[in-house]
Amino acid sequence: MIKNKHVAIIGGGIAGMEAAAVLAKQGLKVTLIEKEAITGGKLNDWHHLFPDFFSPKTVIDNLIAKTNHSGVNVVYNTEISKIEKLNGRFELSDERDTKFYSDAVIIASGFRLFDATLKEEYGYGIFDNVITSVDFEKLMKTEGKLLTAQKTEPKRIAIIHCVGSRDAKTGNTYCSKVCCITGIKQAIEINKILPDSEIYCFYMDLRLYGLNFDSLYLHAQKQHKIQFIRGRLSEIAERFDKSLQLKTEDTLQGRPLRINVDTVILLIGMEPGASNNLFTKNNKVTIDENGFMKPINMHENRNSSTHDGIFLAGTVICPMAVNESIENARAAAFEVISYLEKNKL
Amino acid sequence: MNDFSYLKPASRQIDFDKFDDRLLLYVLKYELSFATCISCGGCTATCSAGNLTNFNVRKIGLWLRRGETEKLSEEIGKCMFCGKCTLICPRDINIRNVILLIKKRISMLKTEKEMP
Repeated sequence: MIKNKHVAIIGGGIAGMEAAAVLAKQGLKVTLIEKEAITGGKLNDWHHLFPDFFSPKTVIDNLIAKTNHSGVNVVYNTEISKIEKLNGRFELSDERDTKFYSDAVIIASGFRLFDATLKEEYGYGIFDNVITSVDFEKLMKTEGKLLTAQKTEPKRIAIIHCVGSRDAKTGNTYCSKVCCITGIKQAIEINKILPDSEIYCFYMDLRLYGLNFDSLYLHAQKQHKIQFIRGRLSEIAERFDKSLQLKTEDTLQGRPLRINVDTVILLIGMEPGASNNLFTKNNKVTIDENGFMKPINMHENRNSSTHDGIFLAGTVICPMAVNESIENARAAAFEVISYLEKNKL
Repeated sequence: MNDFSYLKPASRQIDFDKFDDRLLLYVLKYELSFATCISCGGCTATCSAGNLTNFNVRKIGLWLRRGETEKLSEEIGKCMFCGKCTLICPRDINIRNVILLIKKRISMLKTEKEMP
């Protein structure tokens, strides 16, 4: 019976929670191992979700309820650094040598945020009024308003796309895919709380791939008067009054452009998790050219790693939106079930 | 038949059947990275020459790709070779070398009398 089988899931973010709940509901013994003191991962910092301004708290609360009801064993404050196959079972251990044993593993350890200080010409960590998209979400969640470092209401705000994505200079040539729509969502949110402000989005391409993403873009232009300027930011300089001067090209007019703004929001991308490299040791799990976990193939076997019995779920595979991550995790759970059924002897 | 002397302006249409790839193929041979340009304009934003004159380094790339040899030979001399475009390029294209290669090829074509 596979009901006696044990599955260990690394990462208690949304993907890990969903996979854990699905497997436990099927009667399997599931241990969800989370490095922080709470589950929910990075979504805990988020204020609203695109494209419908849905509450991330509802998503997390529902996932917590699902994992609790289905009897998932959640282990907190434990960061797995080693996966090894010993005597037909998997042994997972952390730095303190806490060990977990299982018949199958799901890696759902997620992504890392791009460190915007690496893009020094944009001045994050140097100029007070340059913040990231994640800082903005945290601000909105904790204070519900956007102020400059001088505690004034910003009159002009610039939102910069593709920071740490599609940029060979940062080593990340892939598209993080969720930032474009995040920028549009945040622009609308700013306009709602600061209706007199002017908001500019500087982009290379707008990649609005999902359902209702494009309609949110049209809505941003029609109802919120957000200005979209096609040009990559070359640099930011701070002025005496702490406002910021931006240099870019208005590529559609074909002329260099400069603009002074009070606040800049950098849309930072998603990078491979820091633990990905650790997970490739002592087993046959591999990473792709960008550092994300490599599935057997990206079409019909995306949840299987290159090591039999170790599965992948969520943004450990590639950048994903919240709904995609959860759906992907559900698929991973069913891959685990069919693997255990095949190997039940 | 009476000649009413109507103006017959040349068509503004780009005739892509007469695509001139002499510069492009030369540049790609020695600087293949140019093939990945997405015309983001980061180079133009930081360009020393472009902030003072109507030189537009992004358009140099676009014209190169479109085979606009005449426009390129008119504009290419305005670059100061400061190299800031190369520093900023998100595709890691050696733009400075691209400009140099265009200049080289144009002078080659001129000596070969393949160009007016």
